[in-house]
Amino acid sequence: MPRILVIAAHPHLGDSRVTRALIDAARAAAAEGADIAVRELYALYPDYLIDTAAEQAALREAALLVWLHPIHWYGMPPLMKLWLDEVFAFGWAYGPGGTALAGRDLWLVCSTGGSAESYQPAGHNRHAFEAFLPPYAQAAALVGLRFLPPQVLHGAHQADGAAVTAFAQGFVARLRSWPEASAWPELAGLPPCPGCTVPGGERPAEAPGSVTLAATTRRVEA
Amino acid sequence: MEHANWLSTSAVYLGAAVLAVPIARLLGLGAIVGYLAAGIAIGPWGLRLVTETTTILHVAEFGVVLMLFLVGLELEPRRLWALRRPIFGGGSLQLLGSAALMLGVGVAAGLPWPVALVAGLGLAMSSTAIGLGVLAERNLGATTSGQHVLSVALLQDIAAIPVLALVPLLAAAPLGAAHEGGGWWGAAKALGVVAGIVFGGRLLLRPALRWIARSDTPEIFTAAALLLVVATATLMQAVGLSMALGAFLAGVLLAESEYRRALETDLEPFKGLLLGLFFIAVGMGIDFAVIAAHPGWMAAVVAGFLLLKAAVLWLLAHLARLPLAERPVFVILLAQGGEFGFVVFQAAQQAGVIDGATSSFLVAAVAISMLATPLLLPLADRWWLPRLAARAPRTEPPAETRLSEPQAAPVIIAGFGRFGQVVGRLLNASGLQATVLEHDAEQVEAVRRFGWPVFYGDASRLDLLRMAGAAEARVFVLAIDDVEQSVAVAALVREHFPQLTVVARARNVTHYLKLRALGITLIERETLDASLMSGRHVLEQLGWQPHAARNQALRFRQHTVALIEQMRAHVGDEQELIALAKQGRQQLEAMWAQERAEQAAARHRRGWHDDSTH
Repeated sequence: MPRILVIAAHPHLGDSRVTRALIDAARAAAAEGADIAVRELYALYPDYLIDTAAEQAALREAALLVWLHPIHWYGMPPLMKLWLDEVFAFGWAYGPGGTALAGRDLWLVCSTGGSAESYQPAGHNRHAFEAFLPPYAQAAALVGLRFLPPQVLHGAHQADGAAVTAFAQGFVARLRSWPEASAWPELAGLPPCPGCTVPGGERPAEAPGSVTLAATTRRVEA
Repeated sequence: MEHANWLSTSAVYLGAAVLAVPIARLLGLGAIVGYLAAGIAIGPWGLRLVTETTTILHVAEFGVVLMLFLVGLELEPRRLWALRRPIFGGGSLQLLGSAALMLGVGVAAGLPWPVALVAGLGLAMSSTAIGLGVLAERNLGATTSGQHVLSVALLQDIAAIPVLALVPLLAAAPLGAAHEGGGWWGAAKALGVVAGIVFGGRLLLRPALRWIARSDTPEIFTAAALLLVVATATLMQAVGLSMALGAFLAGVLLAESEYRRALETDLEPFKGLLLGLFFIAVGMGIDFAVIAAHPGWMAAVVAGFLLLKAAVLWLLAHLARLPLAERPVFVILLAQGGEFGFVVFQAAQQAGVIDGATSSFLVAAVAISMLATPLLLPLADRWWLPRLAARAPRTEPPAETRLSEPQAAPVIIAGFGRFGQVVGRLLNASGLQATVLEHDAEQVEAVRRFGWPVFYGDASRLDLLRMAGAAEARVFVLAIDDVEQSVAVAALVREHFPQLTVVARARNVTHYLKLRALGITLIERETLDASLMSGRHVLEQLGWQPHAARNQALRFRQHTVALIEQMRAHVGDEQELIALAKQGRQQLEAMWAQERAEQAAARHRRGWHDDSTH
């Protein structure tokens, strides 16, 4: 299994320009021998029946995990969320003994329909793009993944062909050179995995103590 | 004493039937041969267990009457009206054509013309009982040829009246006196009775049946049903009309009533048994002395009249454009002589047109032809049909359904039955074009009525595939339900049009594996998804969450498809296949049992499955 695993999700890949260009570029690199594998979720699981074992097996060797998707409703497409729910399983990715992903890197590569200006307090999205990322970052932290600064193409609908190509080329160039410091200067400044340490009582635990935990979380929800 | 005699006779009849029919069935000969053989066995020329055959025949004719009542029940007046052309056109062509031919042959052979005419008319009649019986046995009643058999039989019922009126006129001696009693008065009476049946049926029968049904006594309803048929038949007979025709009329009149099903269920068992009795009586009535006296003549007459009628019927089948595959049954069923023949010869003998010996000879010839019919049918199935099937594609379909111009749709669908239609509808609704080939002419006609541009054609013909655009198309949907044909077409397509992606429907695992062996990968078993959907419903009904039930069904699907793929390597080794199937089942059971155990354990821990968020 390759060390770089791209998990791509686009429900309408036929209408996509950016995601498709990125997938094509990554596949082309893989065909040329780069240590990259692309798993396109909507093609693999059109019935939303995710083969958890196969996904976990693919993740086992990956040192860099890439999430590649368009931003839909300020988050990931539904099949990707299902993938997250089922593959990042309790006891495997988190919880007791859940250390399968610890120490790897996670890189989000995505596109937004809204322009860079729209992701401003004054823009129609009313928040900076980073404001939508805490769920990603924290999900990564919970399973021990180091969340790398995302690569985002804003205004994907308006981007011309050259811009899309340039974005795709930059994406693949960085994949090929990961984790060389020349291409990834930001890695130097990143702590190994911020927020990976969770106080014992906050994490899901084995049966005996779980009653209190469940009670607590319910209260939080309410 | 008489009472005991009646009982023992019944015992003989029932015993013979119960023994002979299953044996005949076992030999693949059909129930009618069984009854006929039983009749021969117990009759005067067999074991002599029963001797008064004519009375039995009279009782047994009631079976035919009941049958026609039931046929009438199936035919609403509207459908009967639609059949008027085959009845009067086809029916009279058969009767008059056959009779004329036989008259000619008879006269040429030196018979006096009245004798030849009576023989011709009598032999032209066909056995409604056998015809409709075989159609029912083979489930052909609703086919075009089935409708035509019925039409001809109905015309013969109608024609029996003028024929029987004509017979006394043929007598050399002026026997007018016997006939004169009829005249205008007779005709008026007959008309009156028919009118009475029609109006009574329309206006009185339904309220009467409603009143009887309200009594809530099932056996009285059955009795009323029987009474209805008996009374109609009696009335018809009283005015010299065909009993069967009367019963048929009564049936048609009740076809639209709410009691149709009830009447049918009540009378069906009587019909079967009485028809059986009728055939037994025919078997008993065969005069083997006459046959033994002139075996050569008998063979010649039987073969001759069967061939003459067959020729007329073949012409008729051609004119009516019956599907080729149905023609043998149509011809054989109507070529034989029938029960009306007996009546005609009896009347002719009474009127002095023919003598007793001739009458016995003709009756025996008719009986032999009736016995031969069920024997000829399997022969036709084995020898005639395959030959016709080979010819069928070139001659059969209406011109507009034949594929005569090259097609250029990206998809070709072979087989447009239950399966292919769904595929076609999906494509069509999605704005995609498909060229559809279907080899069943009737199906072509049926779906064309719904506006589908379906072509008549056998997808196993290379030229036809080319014409359908197989060389340029992208996907070939193989939805032919016959396994052998499907595999043959698949092989042909793989060999000649390798660029075509074949999407195939498999009837079962064997079919799946055969297609797989040809390198086809996109195969769906026709019932898999529907069954899984039902399985989902069951799980849901047992309290599973719908989404969990769906996942379970889809996972089961994955497992079963993977299992077949595993079996692929062991095709031909049944032991190994069975072992694999068992093993696969056990693996899945074990795997899911383990999952259930884990889930049960997990209920004590809390991951995302709980209502919690982190």
